[in-house]
Amino acid sequence: MQFFIEVLVGGLLSGVMYALVALGFVLIYKASGVFNFAQGAMVFFAALTFVGFQEVLPGWLGLEADSSVVFWLAFLLAFIAMIVLGIATERIVLRPLVNQPHITLFMATIGLTYVVEGIAQMVWGANVRGLDLGIVDEPIAWLMDNYEVGVSKFDLFAAGVAASLVALLAILFQYTKVGRALRAVADDHQAALSIGIPLQTIWRVVWAVAGFVALVAGMIWGARNGVQFALTFTALKALPVLILGGFTSVPGAIIGGLIIGASEKLAEVYVGPFVGGGIEGWFPYMLALAFLLVRPEGLFGEKHIDRV
Amino acid sequence: MLYREAGQFKATYAEDSQIFPIRQDKIGFWLLMLVFGVAVPLFTNEYWLKAILIPVLIFSLAAIGLNILTGYAGQLSLGSAAFMAVGAFAAYNFILRIEGMPFLVALVLAGLTAAAVGILFGLPSLRIKGFYLAVATLAAQFFIVWALVKFPWFSNNSSSGVVTAQDVTILGYTFVTPEAKYILTFLIVAFMALLAKNMVRSSTGRAWMAVRDMDVAAQVIGFRLMRTKLLAFAVSSFYCGVAGALYAYTYIGTVEPEGFNLDLSFKILFMIIIGGVGSIMGSFLGAAFIVLLPIFLDNVVPAIFGDSLGAGFVSNFQLIVFGGLIIFFLIVEPHGLARLWQIAKEKLRLWPFPH
Repeated sequence: MQFFIEVLVGGLLSGVMYALVALGFVLIYKASGVFNFAQGAMVFFAALTFVGFQEVLPGWLGLEADSSVVFWLAFLLAFIAMIVLGIATERIVLRPLVNQPHITLFMATIGLTYVVEGIAQMVWGANVRGLDLGIVDEPIAWLMDNYEVGVSKFDLFAAGVAASLVALLAILFQYTKVGRALRAVADDHQAALSIGIPLQTIWRVVWAVAGFVALVAGMIWGARNGVQFALTFTALKALPVLILGGFTSVPGAIIGGLIIGASEKLAEVYVGPFVGGGIEGWFPYMLALAFLLVRPEGLFGEKHIDRV
Repeated sequence: MLYREAGQFKATYAEDSQIFPIRQDKIGFWLLMLVFGVAVPLFTNEYWLKAILIPVLIFSLAAIGLNILTGYAGQLSLGSAAFMAVGAFAAYNFILRIEGMPFLVALVLAGLTAAAVGILFGLPSLRIKGFYLAVATLAAQFFIVWALVKFPWFSNNSSSGVVTAQDVTILGYTFVTPEAKYILTFLIVAFMALLAKNMVRSSTGRAWMAVRDMDVAAQVIGFRLMRTKLLAFAVSSFYCGVAGALYAYTYIGTVEPEGFNLDLSFKILFMIIIGGVGSIMGSFLGAAFIVLLPIFLDNVVPAIFGDSLGAGFVSNFQLIVFGGLIIFFLIVEPHGLARLWQIAKEKLRLWPFPH
């Protein structure tokens, strides 16, 4: 039983990390109807930019490498880089493709994935880098002593970050002017335009926010597994989270992430040994697929009505 | 002046519905067949055959497969490489385990196996569409590659899943030289491309296009969605499967499941985007483009920027060029190289008197 709980909690917490990546997809899909396949590449780009600045900044400014000034400055610069990337994407890729079929936009973001990955590695090099957030990946002693359940401090921290990020986004969406405009655009592009909401500005904002989410996700994933090209594959795991939760729902992304994370770990531990292990790679997809057969729009997605 | 159908009258329905209604096109087509079927194997060197022409043909076949599914039937798939893997490993096992299995029969059986797997993974398309389906096809990609690695039976208990293709023998003749392999590949691909061209021109193809353009409307006017969609998945997977088997037997020689990864699937998708979505001819143009581009960049980039930049730079530059081209084509010419060819032909018909 303890083992089961340990696996379950570990899975749930790793699910939170998937949810962090999925969140970026949902934001862009909601606001612009674009399924941004490049979100994974953006996570990689953001993490690499952050680590890259962390490496070069001390030399430029003559500061200690582990000072908090360097950390926050690198964070700020990486965020600015993500904003620039978002604006450039909106200007170069999205604007000429307005009113094209969704599938065309999707394929364009696959192209974008390659461009972003190429640029990131061209600027910062392809070496695997460590990223230290100052939180050690070890079980919490109190839980270990009293209940003999191992829960990693780092995972808990990641969950905390995810929760505060969702809270932040919820406030942004619900209580600010920009948020109201965002929701209007998500509802209906045309109607939003006709009452004077500047569509392109909103898209830029959304891409910048998605860039911020990618940065946070990239830092946490990077601290966990090292900043390396494999980060882009991890982001692929966010896709089943997305189709399980529904493309248009922020809570869906979180709950989808939890379900995928928990079930994938449980399946690996309890089913994996019977088929030779390594089923983590495809199990989430199969789960999401099976789920879609019952509910094609995902858990919280908007019901799709076909009209001729 | 030369390219004009004036004076060529169609007196029967059969004449009117041929693939190349204009005589010049027909002559051009046979010239092309002669050049690539006879002249090329006679006069090119081994490098061109092995590294460029054979892969272009094989990827063209895979691209035709994906084009049938995505370009004609409108179901976006990100798992074409996995179906190639099914084809490659099925052919290997049929030849290995059945004594005296003729190569061509094994090829067809490999295609049919891939088609069966394709139907299985096409089933969700009846319920889900668009992005949801695209993500669902990723399940096929990851699951099939995993299964081929995990169950050693598929690779005859080879330790890392790597298999070496047996010799290709048809009627006692063994295809060893690149020239012989090229001609075999060429004949198979040409035959299947012709078949595909006729399929998409017939009622089957029209049903696919109706479903692509709007599946609810197609259903309302009496197309059976389930049959049409699953047929598209089956035919598409058949083509990918045969392409995969050829990939193993006439191109690479030794294959491993990991070679058929997501990157290869994307590559095939790029081929149809650049070549032309919904065009058989475009599949060939796109495949040639995607195969030749890295070779071109490998030779040109160091020449321009100097050798000092290293291999990492070149491969990153390649990524950027690939991605950039995809975006460029989607924005500027969503119908790809095939559309450019069509425009050129229309212009040529009026030349030199445009009015």
